[in-house]
Amino acid sequence: MILIVAEHAHGAARKSAFELVAAGRALATASGSPLAALVIGADPSSVATELAGFVPDVHVVTDPGLEPMRSEMATRAVVHAAETLGARVVLVPGSRSGQSYGPRVAMRLGGAYLEDVTDVSYEGSDVVAQRPTYLARISATVRSQAQRVVVSVKLGALAVAPLADATGRVHQLDVPFADEDRRLEPGPREAAAKGRVALEEADVVVCGGRGFGSSEAFERHVVGLADRLGAGVGATRAVVDAGWRPYGEQIGQTGKAVAPSLYLALAVSGAVQHLSGMNRSRVIVAVNKDADAPIFKVADYGIVGDVLEVVPALEEALAGRD
Amino acid sequence: MKILTILKQVPDAESRVRVQHGSLDLTGATFVLDGMDEYGVEHGLRLRESGIDAEVVAVGYGPSSTDQAVRTALAMGADRAVLVEGDAFDDPLTVALALAGVVRDEAADLVFVGGKQADWDSAALGPALAEALAWAHVDWTTEFALDGDAFEAVHDVDDGSETLRGRLPVVVTTQQGLNEPRYPTLPNIMKARRKALDTRSAEVGQELMVVTGHTGMERERRREMLEGDARSAAAELVRRLRDEAKVLREEGR
Ligand SMILES: Cc1cc2nc3c(=O)[nH]c(=O)nc-3n(C[C@H](O)[C@H](O)[C@H](O)COP(=O)(O)OP(=O)(O)OC[C@H]3O[C@@H](n4cnc5c(N)ncnc54)[C@H](O)[C@@H]3O)c2cc1C
Ligand SMILES: Nc1ncnc2c1ncn2[C@@H]1O[C@H](COP(=O)(O)O)[C@@H](O)[C@H]1O
Repeated sequence: MILIVAEHAHGAARKSAFELVAAGRALATASGSPLAALVIGADPSSVATELAGFVPDVHVVTDPGLEPMRSEMATRAVVHAAETLGARVVLVPGSRSGQSYGPRVAMRLGGAYLEDVTDVSYEGSDVVAQRPTYLARISATVRSQAQRVVVSVKLGALAVAPLADATGRVHQLDVPFADEDRRLEPGPREAAAKGRVALEEADVVVCGGRGFGSSEAFERHVVGLADRLGAGVGATRAVVDAGWRPYGEQIGQTGKAVAPSLYLALAVSGAVQHLSGMNRSRVIVAVNKDADAPIFKVADYGIVGDVLEVVPALEEALAGRD
Repeated sequence: MKILTILKQVPDAESRVRVQHGSLDLTGATFVLDGMDEYGVEHGLRLRESGIDAEVVAVGYGPSSTDQAVRTALAMGADRAVLVEGDAFDDPLTVALALAGVVRDEAADLVFVGGKQADWDSAALGPALAEALAWAHVDWTTEFALDGDAFEAVHDVDDGSETLRGRLPVVVTTQQGLNEPRYPTLPNIMKARRKALDTRSAEVGQELMVVTGHTGMERERRREMLEGDARSAAAELVRRLRDEAKVLREEGR
């Protein structure tokens, strides 16, 4: 069988859950095996109901220690579900949490781990996947014949599944958690700015670089434009290092990887480490005062100019459009 | 106490990587210690320098040429080095099993692993190593402080950052922000060149995953420059995004 681990926030499934449903359905069809979802959390019942509209069987693990998510508790729950249900393939999201328990689950199951893939399929009985390597410049084809294969799927890489007609069943699953699963004690959490679309789920991303010169200018121009477009806000490492924006907004090798329909890189030079987090975007726009900035090499549309003039002009042009 | 810091040698970020007939071509690439691993070396050194009685052991995994990366760590100030010879393309689970043996032999209390490898783009080694050892792990760590065998760490999660408390042993994966790695001094580089390395070969079991091909990911881009002053370029951009690329939804806010 094919098992997907559906992550959720604020009582609703994350977009990644529906991306995994789509991948899971294709694998289930190709292998003629059933599809099931696993939902773990402190009170995941509403999420289970939501998923039952997409997947024939939803298994639920409820424990207060699962929120905030602890890697070792998640590992125990996913391993238990995979073994009890006899899963050949376990699909987990390539979120920070999925990438934290994914390798542990694979190791404990004695299986393979195909990491942060952009595509997954069956070829005969092999599980085959594509994954970005070398700062997302080379896609490697990876393949496994293992009895159990854990696959983490890059956020935003796959289309979300359309709603299925089936009304799935919801099952409670008891997991024998051990004391050591709770050995790390979560303390205070700092949340990223509320109310804005999550960066990995955004259809449009506005990213600002060091060229804005100050956190005030970044706030006014980058955040202002993002809010007008209903877009996610991104930042370069230089901006994060300067303390203008939180780490959670950083895009690149050591930040988030996004693939929106439209990516606006404003006063961003285009270092390889930054490109690796945004080069799968469908359309890229660059605004930079330096005509030789490397970002223009990957841009679909480029404007050589001062962002402090071009962004207000863009706001005006967009306002004129409404 | 003993602190291990795991090292990998990767192509320098500016090196060209290409695909020729389905296989990877790294001709002319310069190989360096992975920048993400430097944070682990640096943090081990800082803990030692803070007065904790600690030995910092640099452990490299990879082809014999990885000795260069290991010597960089020695030049930064690591006390000792181990080089586990394996293939540059061994998958992280395989590497984790091999390194778990070294961690046990060394009776280490704390292990640093780079948060994300610059060649395999992988963040799996840290959690996999912790699992192989039945230890806890903290990933994407931006702060890590010790008080006896109790630690407090801050790390990145999906929606922000989180504080975690626990006790050693633990595997910590690094992230920018953890520290600013030091540069080795010339005398230390010379000294590191003469230091003996404890070299062993990895015992690798059956591979559960194989790499069977490579393709370039770089997409064709339009690369159209929009001319004129800010106002006309911006107006042209909006028109192109709406009518040509069709990526602007009509309900602007
Ligand atoms: C191990 C490692 C990991 C890294 N990970 C990441 C990562 O995840 N994400 C990331 O972004 N970086 C990362 N980096 C850093 C990366 O190499 C670059 O240093 C960084 O991306 C530069 O950010 P920037 O483009 O904002 O700044 P700069 O490179 O300083 O570029 C600023 C640009 O703004 C332009 N400019 C200035 N003023 C104006 C103006 N008024 N109008 C228009 N344009 C203007 C300039 O021409 C310049 O091109 C990493 C580096 C290392 C070593
Ligand atoms: N991270 C890496 N990725 C790809 N190739 C590497 C890497 N590290 C080292 N190499 C290559 O592997 C060669 C040595 O291979 P070997 O024959 O296994 O000793 C080096 O000269 C490098 O060209």
